[in-house]
Amino acid sequence: MRQVTSAFVKMPTSLIVGIMLTSLFLVAALVSFLWTPHAVESLNIAARLQPPSGDHLLGTDHFGRDMLSMLMVGARTSIAVAIVAVGIGMGLGVPLGLLAAAHRGGWLDDLVMRGNDLVFAFPSLVIAILITAVFGPSAFNAILAIGIFNMPVFARVTRGSALAVWTQDFILAARVSGKGAARISVEHILPNIANVLIVQGTIQFSLGILAEAGLSYVGLGAQPPLPSWGRMLADSQTMISFAPHLAVLPGLAIIATVLGLNLTGDGLRDLLDPRLRRQR
Amino acid sequence: MLSYILSRLVALLASLAVASVVIFVMIEMVPGDPAAFMLGLNAAPDTVAALRAELGLGGSPVERYLRWVTGMVQGDFGISYTYQVPVAELVAARLMVSLPLAVMALLLSTLIALPVGLYAASRRGRAGDWSVMGITQLGIAIPNFWFAMILVVIFAIQLRWFSAGGFPGWDAGVLACLKALILPAVALALPQASILARVMRSAVLEVLDQDYIRTARAKGLSHRRTLTDHAFRNALIPVLTIIGLQFSFLIAGAIIIENVFFLPGLGRLVFQGITQRDLIVVESVVMLLVFAVILVNFMVDIAYGIADPRLRRQ
Amino acid sequence: MTLHRTAPAWLALAAATIMGAQTALAAQTSITVGMQLEPPNLDPTGGAAAAIDEVVYANVFEGLTRYRADGSVAPALAKSWTISDDGLVYSFTLHSGVKFHDGSAMDAEDVKFSLDRARAEDSTNAQKRLFTGIASVDVVDPMTVKITLSNPDGGFITNLAWGDAVIVAPESIDAAKTAPVGTGPFTVSRWVQGDRVELARNPDYWGDAVALEKATFKFISDPTAAFAAMMAGDIDAFPGYPAPETLPQFDADPRFRVMVGSTEGETILSTNNKAEHLSDIRIRQAIAHAIDRQAIIDGAMFGFGTPIGTHFAPHNPDYVDLTGGSMHDPDRARALLKEAGAENITLSLKLPPPSYARRGGEIIAAQLREVGIGTEIENLEWAQWLEQVFRGKDFDLTIVSHTEPMDIGIYANPDYYFQYDSADFQGLINDLKLASDPAERKSLLQAAQRRIADDYVNGYLFQLARTGVANAKINGLWENAPTQANDLTGVSWSD
Repeated sequence: MRQVTSAFVKMPTSLIVGIMLTSLFLVAALVSFLWTPHAVESLNIAARLQPPSGDHLLGTDHFGRDMLSMLMVGARTSIAVAIVAVGIGMGLGVPLGLLAAAHRGGWLDDLVMRGNDLVFAFPSLVIAILITAVFGPSAFNAILAIGIFNMPVFARVTRGSALAVWTQDFILAARVSGKGAARISVEHILPNIANVLIVQGTIQFSLGILAEAGLSYVGLGAQPPLPSWGRMLADSQTMISFAPHLAVLPGLAIIATVLGLNLTGDGLRDLLDPRLRRQR
Repeated sequence: MLSYILSRLVALLASLAVASVVIFVMIEMVPGDPAAFMLGLNAAPDTVAALRAELGLGGSPVERYLRWVTGMVQGDFGISYTYQVPVAELVAARLMVSLPLAVMALLLSTLIALPVGLYAASRRGRAGDWSVMGITQLGIAIPNFWFAMILVVIFAIQLRWFSAGGFPGWDAGVLACLKALILPAVALALPQASILARVMRSAVLEVLDQDYIRTARAKGLSHRRTLTDHAFRNALIPVLTIIGLQFSFLIAGAIIIENVFFLPGLGRLVFQGITQRDLIVVESVVMLLVFAVILVNFMVDIAYGIADPRLRRQ
Repeated sequence: MTLHRTAPAWLALAAATIMGAQTALAAQTSITVGMQLEPPNLDPTGGAAAAIDEVVYANVFEGLTRYRADGSVAPALAKSWTISDDGLVYSFTLHSGVKFHDGSAMDAEDVKFSLDRARAEDSTNAQKRLFTGIASVDVVDPMTVKITLSNPDGGFITNLAWGDAVIVAPESIDAAKTAPVGTGPFTVSRWVQGDRVELARNPDYWGDAVALEKATFKFISDPTAAFAAMMAGDIDAFPGYPAPETLPQFDADPRFRVMVGSTEGETILSTNNKAEHLSDIRIRQAIAHAIDRQAIIDGAMFGFGTPIGTHFAPHNPDYVDLTGGSMHDPDRARALLKEAGAENITLSLKLPPPSYARRGGEIIAAQLREVGIGTEIENLEWAQWLEQVFRGKDFDLTIVSHTEPMDIGIYANPDYYFQYDSADFQGLINDLKLASDPAERKSLLQAAQRRIADDYVNGYLFQLARTGVANAKINGLWENAPTQANDLTGVSWSD
């Protein structure tokens, strides 16, 4: 208990900034379920391309929709897609990586890693496009496409770092004391590679947000009238010279969210990594 | 070492076989008839049928799969439905754009990231580390297509230093081509460099925390030599992994950037192939890309074996 | 501009050194024309894609007759012709001395070959219907061709002006998809698939010499990239410019000239007349009244486009303005829906890629929601659209621009994707086919326009405008698009 308290006292700055940024968008996304300043479905062509004003805090888009409301609902789409996709990737990838490392050199290792390489060898964006060509574009298919390709990344990184840990002396000691490979993996390997996983998880999370943005940028993510940041950006970038806020705002939203998540991940690593803390 | 390579080679071939089946099945599932697409709105059904026959779209799936695979083994990737030229020819032409672009982006990113990551690690917790980490955070967070758009607005529309896109072709001169690839390569490299720098930094820190390094430091090894002799070399394993991942990403993943800069690269070929239902092109290019990645992974594996002999212990 | 001044001098110098060669090359006899879509091949007689004609029509290939910029039809390879009194036999006299790009002479045999090939059983010509009226093609002598029709057809000379009716040679046609050989003032010198097609002046051209020595068609599908390429000066002209929202900017910039013309594209909310709710004319009428055309033109096309009330081009002298019958009237729409007992229906709205469809679709969805009709938007690629909507007829509503000239006849085909089946209308079109008296044709055409408007077959939105941007120093580009073409024969640089 005392340790936890002391950890909070020493909360790193990046974590504070990160959590603030991330929660800004989380809250915006959650609030958007209940309330938005204006309805995102209602179009008003006469009131399009307005600069920020009291009524429309961030102005209106090319259909006269309220940008703030669009961004709030867009946050929902982006975050939901990325969270689920990283969950899929981690949930499947990490155990596979640990399994492979525990049986390094064996047929199980080979099978897992070759299977992984195979999934990974497929060009993700091309497959995402193919998936939408077969099933039609939707937020669900975007999750599927992003999630599938998170898996081999986690598996590979897990195995790569786990292998290095396996060669260390304290693992040998654990083996001598009679612990099985599975137990060693969970008790010794996992904590020792957690920082790498958090770094990777952070990267994949931000990549998830970015991938969703990219997919909807090419029109393959969530479909209208549901707003998504990538599509907002794509729809308005020809107007960048006379209505720059339309393309700049969703871009900034993406950057801020990804930044927030990354800073949070960084801060968490500092907080969680026993060796880093020891050195402070 | 030889048996290690051999076992990897067998795995490589097995992967290719599985991949070809997966790709073929996936392409078979794509709805839409290339012939109907090519003839457009007012085509009569018999005209479509005539074109289907001309394109060789008949036969059972198994037959078509075998025809495709045996063709590929002999270096024949089929004829593009839409362009009516050999797929291999198209791919070769597109690689002349995609490959230099990927190499350029990767070089840029690696040349920036490795020293920057090493520097940040060496200044751990100090101002230098903080600012590098802050900048890389931003670099990761910026969507590359958004960054590309900003680059175009500034350097092509405002300053008019560069073309807004396009590729003059190598016969127009190496300089002109490299110049055409600069903006897209920068747009691609920024996030890659940021990721790589962070990976480099944490990998180096990881090594620096190892007991043998502490011992070496305790024995009086200088900070600089610790970094160059030990940390750098040992950090290369995760860094190589990431570079391997990035290269394959850059070859096929530049689709969006190729669209923004209207570069006739491989990514755009596949993208157009899908929308125009030029499925033979999609099929063969995806297979080639998969092959390339499997090959890169194979080589990374071998590199692992060389960098860390313990890994090839059976 | 401000950025330019503040930029470090050495950087500008370095950039100038790199760019020097290119700037000097910007000669007055070459042009780079932007196009949104790349042609899949370069044989206009073997593919439907508008992009094929946009590259080769009048530039590389020529027919017996041709469209001019104002939409009229003029002689081309045919010097003159006579028509028999019964309207069945056409005798064409060909220009002499016409050579194909491979040096072989163009004569009556080539004409016979081209037309017979287009109307053959196994023809892959996308506009086969243009040639179905031909009973026989006979070579009278090397410079004279006699074409016999099975029925008189007032539009036959116009049919021959289509890009699908160009004259090709039997020796070179097999390679035409990638290496087209025509009789036009330009030859195809290179095609970098996925990027550009380069044309070079044909020194042996039979007709008036063209001003341009070299022309490059560059394919840029992304509207933003098109905007940037135009602004950066990479492209000299973009006749089918895809981002109308940026036109005011080009208009304000003295470097550029904006061209706004008409097309043959009736943009319609195509309605599946056999779908569950939509077979009820009251619901179709309700949709028509729910739509605010001006809002769509403003919102989707930034003001470019002419409202239409039927499937007919407003610039055609026979056009009738029927927009009054389907005015924006949400109350009327609600009342009609109530009457039909369809107050809370949901319809599928499948949208192909062009921005008129994607943007227009979002606006229409909002307008329909106003009157209580829900929509499920699905954005499709063209291939999916063709499969699901056009061939599968699995849709309620879709938005598409029908760009063929004078295509009201499609409503006489009950199997056409919107599945309109009216004996009355089919009768009108049959009469029209046999009519050759101009006054009679006019009244039939107008009756046909009224029939489909009164039946609310589709939601008639607007006539697609042709918006183009070009360097202000370029002359002779087509403002309008009477047919799908980028005719460069009259293009030159002024200076």
